[in-house]
Amino acid sequence: MQRIYFDHNATTPVDPAALEAMLPFLSGDFGNASSIHTFGQRARAAVETAREQVAALINARAQEIVFTSGGTESDNHSVFGVAQALLPVRSGAHVITSSVEHEAVLNSCQALEKLGVAVTYLPVSRDGLLDPGDVRKAVRLETVLITVMHANNEQGVIQPLAEIGQIAGAHKIPFHTDAVQSVGKIPVDVRDLRLDLLSLSGHKLYAPKGIGAIYIKSGTRLRQLLFGGHHQRGFRPGTENVAGIVALGKAAEIARLTLAEDTKHISTLRDRLEQGLLSRIPDCRVNGLSAPRTPNTSNMTFAGIEGEALVIALDLKGLACSTGAACSSGAVEPSHVLTAIGLPAAEARASLRFSLGRHSTAAEIDAALELIPAAVAQLRQLSPSYKREASAHH
Amino acid sequence: MSTQTELNSLPAASEPRPGLVAVAMSGGVDSSTVAALLLQQGRPVVGLTMQLWNQRRLPELQGNGPAQHRCCSLDDVYDAKRVAQHLEFPHYVVNFEEQFEQRVIRPFVEQYLAGRTPIACTNCNTDVKFEPLLRMARQIGAERLATGHYARIRHDQTSGRYQLLRARDDSKDQSYFLWGLTQEQLSRSEFPLGELTKDEVRELARSVNLPVAEKPESMELCFVPNGNYVQFIHAYSREAGKPLTDQEGEIVTEDGAVLGRHAGVHNYTIGQRKGLGFAAGKPVYVLAIDPEKNRVIVGEDDALRTTSLEIEVVNWISIPEQAAPLRAQVKIRHKHELAAATVEALPDLRARVTFDVAQRAITPGQGAVVYDGDVVLAGGWIK
Repeated sequence: MQRIYFDHNATTPVDPAALEAMLPFLSGDFGNASSIHTFGQRARAAVETAREQVAALINARAQEIVFTSGGTESDNHSVFGVAQALLPVRSGAHVITSSVEHEAVLNSCQALEKLGVAVTYLPVSRDGLLDPGDVRKAVRLETVLITVMHANNEQGVIQPLAEIGQIAGAHKIPFHTDAVQSVGKIPVDVRDLRLDLLSLSGHKLYAPKGIGAIYIKSGTRLRQLLFGGHHQRGFRPGTENVAGIVALGKAAEIARLTLAEDTKHISTLRDRLEQGLLSRIPDCRVNGLSAPRTPNTSNMTFAGIEGEALVIALDLKGLACSTGAACSSGAVEPSHVLTAIGLPAAEARASLRFSLGRHSTAAEIDAALELIPAAVAQLRQLSPSYKREASAHH
Repeated sequence: MSTQTELNSLPAASEPRPGLVAVAMSGGVDSSTVAALLLQQGRPVVGLTMQLWNQRRLPELQGNGPAQHRCCSLDDVYDAKRVAQHLEFPHYVVNFEEQFEQRVIRPFVEQYLAGRTPIACTNCNTDVKFEPLLRMARQIGAERLATGHYARIRHDQTSGRYQLLRARDDSKDQSYFLWGLTQEQLSRSEFPLGELTKDEVRELARSVNLPVAEKPESMELCFVPNGNYVQFIHAYSREAGKPLTDQEGEIVTEDGAVLGRHAGVHNYTIGQRKGLGFAAGKPVYVLAIDPEKNRVIVGEDDALRTTSLEIEVVNWISIPEQAAPLRAQVKIRHKHELAAATVEALPDLRARVTFDVAQRAITPGQGAVVYDGDVVLAGGWIK
């Protein structure tokens, strides 16, 4: 069976060039980047090259990049690092975030609440957008951190970070963004966005799983999360994942060089998919359509279906996509993002995410435009709620 | 497998049925073996494992020891995945937590608090496995749903009805829990283990090297892994914002004489002897529970025996509802010997069961299932 992968927001394949770049560091060049000898020096040089490559992708300086195990660690480090560094300074600390964050930020904030930190979870519009005015109103004297994601994983909606960065800068509040879903998909410039902290993840941009980075603007006060040796200036101890770092560097370089081309290619395919589905399937719509979105993501609601059943039906036909967030068992849990944009539970359950990638093709879109309408029709035929809805219109 | 051709002796049973079949997989040896059997017959299989209950929801029930074996734990889900990987068929986990809570857990708690003794497994079959799960199976393109139940389905050519039969292995028979199935549900279901004994199933599992071949059986209710359902009811009620306080009431004789106090009617079931909290000269048993007066009525063993009961929400399975009284055998709990009785249909999906010989501890909330030999004629809830 020819399999089509439309789930690039979950993870991406490792780019062949990134894979090729990392392989020597799993074999001959296996040195520890902290070692004095030649083995170590070769590893160190490769790590520092990768740091430059990652920095270049987001317009940061190399010394502002710290490698981590991935997006979740970067988010935890940013949120806890800032809050705990400032906690003794300002009592009754306060954090501002959004209600559509990834769990890595949401659950970090909830853990902070248990430590006595006040957290404001700002709502979003029906399109999933945060209103910068709401951020301004939420700022208090005690606010120690604003953390707002750049692009949403489920809808691809891009938050107005530049405006929020202005507000944070004016109040001298550290500003963090979870940019796991935007880096490599759209231009990200930490200076333009006035960011102090940014999380990114390797496996969302064609590097392997288990590698990520934080951008930490020089001068940002941050308490370290892990304690150990002096690696990465002692700030993030642990022997560097040299091969992963090298792959991330290479993937970042590729992303920087091909971003414009990728964007054009992918958004054309995405629009073709959306237009094709809207014209072939009655009672369906695109979520977040009137907000700025990443070029690869499409979140659609098909009235009367169970998204979970549609994902399975499509996978059995060879099309991989997703719905909501998966829990550890692999079962689907109701999406907090779709609930936050005001979708009723039934509609949130009837929603699916297609996320395309650099290697997606027009032929795959055409195949999907055959598979998806057929699967939706099959589900609706057996859906008591769709029949009810349909007859209610008469 | 010489017995395979007899399975679910539907008209075309000798021919392998076309179309995808979904297997409801718990991660145990029975449902895993079902998948293996169907694959042996050359049928395309997809495995579905239901996520029914979030074990983290009531952390006070977790205990400190090593994780107890329990249904729909992550370990079981992973076991099902390992089986699917081993036998190379697609497998998915589907989330039915909401349906399970609404249709199984909540009624279970409410029934106990109303002084009845519910059977969650029957609700789970009727209202979850053969309802939303079967629907999902069909939505993803499967023609039918196969489960690891020990029971049989037969298509009766003369009447055109699908009949439910006891399993060949009497000691494993689960037909008692399946009386709620409709014709539509039966027509879409398969019980490939109905002709097999547990030993044969284990042997089959070993012969194809299933990773769960030696896995012990789960005996308790899946959402009450430690078996302490009273503790579960308290924890669930507290979480639902309706903590159970001051449930105490009187324990009385049939004459109304007060013998002691009880800690809430949900702690008792008909026929219970232990845990009444007082010493009497002769052994006394719970005869009845009166939730309105919040009383538990006790008496001697003789008084537990009754000849007649009424059932409600009656489902006539293998035969249409009978106008005339019917001679049959009736089972009033899972481990009850079939007892000869006359069954008479009443209006509004009710029926009266009159036993030839008085039966001990007829318990409201349990199912009464009407058999003619191996064939399940009907079932209903004891009023």
